[in-house]
Amino acid sequence: MGGLSGDIWRPISLTIELAAFTTVLLLILGTPIAWWLARSKAWWKEGVATFVALPLVLPPTVLGFYLLVALGPMGPGGLVASLWGGRTLAFTFPGLVIGSVLYSTPFVVQPIRNAFEAMGDRPLEVAATLRASPTRAFWTVALPLAKPGFLTGAVLGFAHTVGEFGVVLMIGGSIPGKTKVLSVAIFDYVETSQWREANILAAGMVLFAFAVILAMTLVERRLAREAS
Amino acid sequence: MKRIGLIVASFGLAAGYLWSSGAALAASTNVAVAANFTEAAKEIAAAFKAKTGDEAVLSFGASGQFYTQIKQDAPFEILLSADDARPKKLVEEGLGVADSRFTYAVGKLVLWSKSADLVKGEETLAGSSFAKLAIANPTAAPYGATAIETLKALKLYDALQSKVVEGENISQAFQFVNTGNAELGFVALSQLAKVTSGSRWLVPQNLYSPILQDAVLLKKGAANEAATAFLAFIKGPEARAIIEKYGYAVDGKS
Repeated sequence: MGGLSGDIWRPISLTIELAAFTTVLLLILGTPIAWWLARSKAWWKEGVATFVALPLVLPPTVLGFYLLVALGPMGPGGLVASLWGGRTLAFTFPGLVIGSVLYSTPFVVQPIRNAFEAMGDRPLEVAATLRASPTRAFWTVALPLAKPGFLTGAVLGFAHTVGEFGVVLMIGGSIPGKTKVLSVAIFDYVETSQWREANILAAGMVLFAFAVILAMTLVERRLAREAS
Repeated sequence: MKRIGLIVASFGLAAGYLWSSGAALAASTNVAVAANFTEAAKEIAAAFKAKTGDEAVLSFGASGQFYTQIKQDAPFEILLSADDARPKKLVEEGLGVADSRFTYAVGKLVLWSKSADLVKGEETLAGSSFAKLAIANPTAAPYGATAIETLKALKLYDALQSKVVEGENISQAFQFVNTGNAELGFVALSQLAKVTSGSRWLVPQNLYSPILQDAVLLKKGAANEAATAFLAFIKGPEARAIIEKYGYAVDGKS
C-alpha cells in the first residue's frame, strides 16, 4: 500500500482479536444465563433478563463512565490490576474485553435464550424417559437443537464488538496495538483529516457488515430448511 | 377530517417553533471552543450575556476535530482554537474572515497528578513512579503536540512512549488523571484553575514553543452581529481579566 503507514493494519488485527476473545467469553458466560432464563420459573427472572438487555438501550457513555471509575484505582478493577502490580484495568486489553463483554451480552444471550425456549420441554422429557441424565441431555439434546441460536448469538456478538466505539473511546486511551481498535482509528483519522486512511477502514467496515448480515441470513434460512 | 385537523395543527406548531427559534438566532452565535478553554469560555459567555443580552452557544472539543467539521460546513461562526495554525489555514482556505484573526490567550502546559507528592519536576518523568502518562491526541489537539514536544526536549520520548495514553482532547486527558486511571498527565494550566489538590509542575517555557491560541471569525458568522460582538468582547478588558484568571498569558499585540 504505497504511502500508507503500516499502522493501518494494526487496528484491524487488534479488533479481530478483541471480538474473538469477547465472543468466546460471551458464549461461555452467556449460555448458562440463557439456559436459566429459558427454563427457570423464578418470578424475578424477567428482572434479570431486563438487566441483561440494558446495553441495548443505554448510551455507551453510561457504560464508559461507570467502567472508567470501576476499572480504575478507586474501583474493583484497580484491585485486580494490583495482582500484577498495575493500578488500573483501563487502557489495557483485558479492560476492553470486560467492557465489550458487558456491552455485547444481550446480543449473545437473547438468541440463545430464544433457541432454548423454542425447543420446548418435550425433547428433554423424551431424553429423560430414555434415562439420559440432565447433564447428558443438555449436551446431546439441547445444545445441538439450539445450534441456530448459538450461531446467531456468536455472529452478532462478534459483529457488535467490532462495531463498538463509545465504550472503547472512553476507557481505551487509544494505544496503538493495545486499545486502538478500528472504530477509534477511523475516528482519529477523520479528526486529523487523514481521509484516505479513514476511507479504507470505513469502506472495509461497510463491506464486512454487509457480508456478515447477508451470510447470517442465508445460513439461518438454510438451517430452517434443514430442520423442516 | 379529524386527521387533517391534526396535521394542520402540527404544521402550525412546527412553524411557530421555527419562527421563535429563528428569532432567538438573531441574538446568538455558535462558537467552537478548544477543550482547554472550556471553563474560561463559559465564564466569558456568561459575562457577555449579562452585558449584551446576546448568547454565545458554546461547543467544546479538540481543535483538529473542529477544523475538520468546519471544512464540512459545520454551523460554527467563531473558532476559539488551541493553536494559531488552524485559524490561519481556515482563512487561507476561504472559510475564515481574513482580518479577524487574533491571539486571545497564550496557553501553559502543566504536568499534573492527583497524588499529593508525585510530581516534583522533570525528574518525576525520568523516574519510574508511574505506569501511565495521559496526553491529548497529539495530531488533533495542540496541547497533545506540545506534550510530545516537551518529552522530546527532555529526551524522554523514546523511553516513555509505551506509557503514554491518549485522550481525544485535553478534557479527556484531564479526566484520565482525575479518575486516577493515569498517575500523570500533561494538561492545560487553565484546567487546574479550580483544582487545589494533587501535585503539579509548570513546564518551563523553554521546553516547548508558545501555545498561541487564536480566534477567528468564520464566514458563516461574518454577517452575524452577535458573532462580531462576541469577538470584540473577548478582546475587551473584562474578558481579558477572566482569561488571565485561568492562568493564560494575554498577548499584548492585539
